[in-house]
Amino acid sequence: MQRHQYDVVIVGAGGAGMRAALESSKRTRTAVLTKLYPTRSHTGAAQGGMCAALANVEEDNWEWHTFDTVKGGDFLVDQDAAEVMCREAVDAVLDLEKMGLPFNRTAEGKIDQRFFGGHTRNHGEAVVRRSCFAADRTGHMILQTLYQQCIKQNVEFFNEFYVLDLLMVAGKATGVVAYELATGELHIFSAKSIVFASGGFGKVFRTTSNAHTLTGDGMGIVWRKGLPLEDMEFFQFHPTGLAGLGVLLSEAARGEGGILRNSDNERFMERYAPTVKDLAPRDMVARAMANEVREGRGCGPDKAYVMLDLTHLEPAHIDAKLPDITEFARTYLGVEPYTEQIPVFPTAHYAMGGIPTNIKGEALANNDDVIPGLYAAGEVACVSVHGANRLGTNSLLDINVFGRRAGIAAAEYAATAVFEELPDAPETFVVDLIEGMRNAGGEERVAAIRTDLQATMDINAQVYRTEGSLKQALVDIERLKERFAQVSVQDKGKRFNTDLLEAVELGFLIDLAEVLVVSALARKESRGGHFREDYDKRDDVNFMRHTMAYREVDAEGNINIRLDYKPVVQTRYKPMERKY
Amino acid sequence: MDVKVKILRYNPEVLDESEWKTYSVTLLPGDRVLDALHKIKWEQDGTLTFRRSCAHGVCGSDAMRINGRNRLACKTLIKDLNPEKEITVEPIKGLPVLKDLVVDMEPFFDAYRSVMPFLVTSGHEPTRERIQSQEDRERFDDTTKCILCAACTTSCPVFWSDGQYFGPQAIVGAHRFIFDSRDEGTEQRLEILNDKEGVWRCRTTFNCTDACPRGIEVTKAIQEVKRALIFRRV
Repeated sequence: MQRHQYDVVIVGAGGAGMRAALESSKRTRTAVLTKLYPTRSHTGAAQGGMCAALANVEEDNWEWHTFDTVKGGDFLVDQDAAEVMCREAVDAVLDLEKMGLPFNRTAEGKIDQRFFGGHTRNHGEAVVRRSCFAADRTGHMILQTLYQQCIKQNVEFFNEFYVLDLLMVAGKATGVVAYELATGELHIFSAKSIVFASGGFGKVFRTTSNAHTLTGDGMGIVWRKGLPLEDMEFFQFHPTGLAGLGVLLSEAARGEGGILRNSDNERFMERYAPTVKDLAPRDMVARAMANEVREGRGCGPDKAYVMLDLTHLEPAHIDAKLPDITEFARTYLGVEPYTEQIPVFPTAHYAMGGIPTNIKGEALANNDDVIPGLYAAGEVACVSVHGANRLGTNSLLDINVFGRRAGIAAAEYAATAVFEELPDAPETFVVDLIEGMRNAGGEERVAAIRTDLQATMDINAQVYRTEGSLKQALVDIERLKERFAQVSVQDKGKRFNTDLLEAVELGFLIDLAEVLVVSALARKESRGGHFREDYDKRDDVNFMRHTMAYREVDAEGNINIRLDYKPVVQTRYKPMERKY
Repeated sequence: MDVKVKILRYNPEVLDESEWKTYSVTLLPGDRVLDALHKIKWEQDGTLTFRRSCAHGVCGSDAMRINGRNRLACKTLIKDLNPEKEITVEPIKGLPVLKDLVVDMEPFFDAYRSVMPFLVTSGHEPTRERIQSQEDRERFDDTTKCILCAACTTSCPVFWSDGQYFGPQAIVGAHRFIFDSRDEGTEQRLEILNDKEGVWRCRTTFNCTDACPRGIEVTKAIQEVKRALIFRRV
């Protein structure tokens, strides 16, 4: 076992983690611990762009962007946080350009901008070109550019280190325990500040745009410490996943003029969102698609999906603006987007909820108090700028704005804080976890349990939910927990034991699926990405509030989930009906 | 359909030598090689070890040698591999194998880091964005697509035989900045590439271009860097 000491430890090396590292490492001694090589992070899969009111191609301002973000989030957004994000968006984009990010350009050589779902001019008048982009690989360019800057700045990475526990002393975050994949060795990192930037948990669903590695480790670790998770019932289903696969096809396809059609070849979004049509927010489009399929207007042999139509666009335009996603259609479905429509269906995409933080990125222990030394940013966090439904492009913005803020705040805190004495044998929890898993002799296999978890979540907790479906999911999860207690791994070795790590990751997924479902069951209303057929209206009287879930262990050792609520921060905008 | 997948296995915790093992898997024609590997790992042999993440060709984790050619396992469909015959899978060549299909990526990333793969500028930063024409932006578009998967570098015969050679990816990484009109680090970068283990070791075999899962014209990029070195202008 090795011991290390750094002022700041950052967990995760996607966009948020590296943006934090760029700030933190120029101020103080910083280590980045990441379970993947940084450039493998899922920020790289983001496609369409990053919104900022640059007004390079038409009139725009950050206040309109703030309004769209609040309305897109079905008014569950904390408006102070949304204001910060949309105001700082302009500098966030310009900073990336100065770092070298190769944005597409206008004829005048400025950063080009395009349409994106839910982004409008003057509070919903019409769609507006706000998304700054680099073809349909904006996330790739952000990830590469941030990594390149980290190389320039000599940021210290520990690659393929799985953080599995957070160390806390007297309510303060004081370090982490990490498992080195290459050797199986444990490492204790003592730190003054810890920033979680470890991404989401899309792998609780079967159909997902998320990477295999998005297993909610950061949220799971914090959860097991008894710290709250906020708004976990709000999960975004992206309308255009490749049917059957879930591979993401950017909303930019519709931003560039793509149209969704049903089996009657009807542009059905005209019925659901007459003003912005195919560029309505994702929750509305995903529900509309699922509804078309439910009412028998789906396409294909099983009428199981709808079609994304790009055939009216010029091939040269498609090649210039949407090269990657059209290649996905060709590679995985054998469909030629120049001449054929592409089968699509909603795919689990993004967790709006996560570790609650304030606008500095400081993690919260409850509705009011920060946890000294603990920070979170990006998808793992809930600031909350996305509320009940995130607008397209606002995640790339979130990681840059709040990654930067968390990095600065963590370094500033470390400048005055001292290293706390770690508890005796700080590795105990992880040793028990790892060795327990390695030596277990049960009959159950990780993959079978994970498949069943994903199946019940897809059936019972997806775009449409009811009390019955959610209760079924809970029954299933309870059964899966029992089976998980009987799980065993085949690889007993130390070296690159991914078999073992998949088992650990499954543990996080089961925990988080349960939090999601319990939170969803209690929210008896429909808002943004959370749609209850048995309560199909938004209920501001009872539910204009964030869910705060806590893990509690009672005297008999039983684990219970306790739900509490936190007020929504409202500044400029009063809730209104959400029409587009 | 039933497919035979032959995989070169190596785990020094168990055995000093690598050995071929063949697995039978039931797959759909549209399944990816990555799906086959997952089915083997999840249903038959949990010790089979490989890297993967995004599963759709953008993260660069799962470059491997499939039927003798470097490809991404998540971007290679079973039906395109003549699945009536055995499909072979081995680690990419020229980097130390650590376990099964996992190789040591450090020498590869070291080469990338050595070419100053970041924007170099001088003077005060402008208030707004730097202006760049669409033509200037297009000039280096191809090489911005690189996902650092190492398929090109580990398909290069010069790289296999000469452990000192940067390899094609590092040259691609340098090209992306050399031909960026905003960059002022060209002289330094070209000096690095002018090294005896630099760009001149390329023998133009086009393996790299064939291997690139992103369709980057790697050999062309290398030729452009060579030309820039000869004429000292971009």
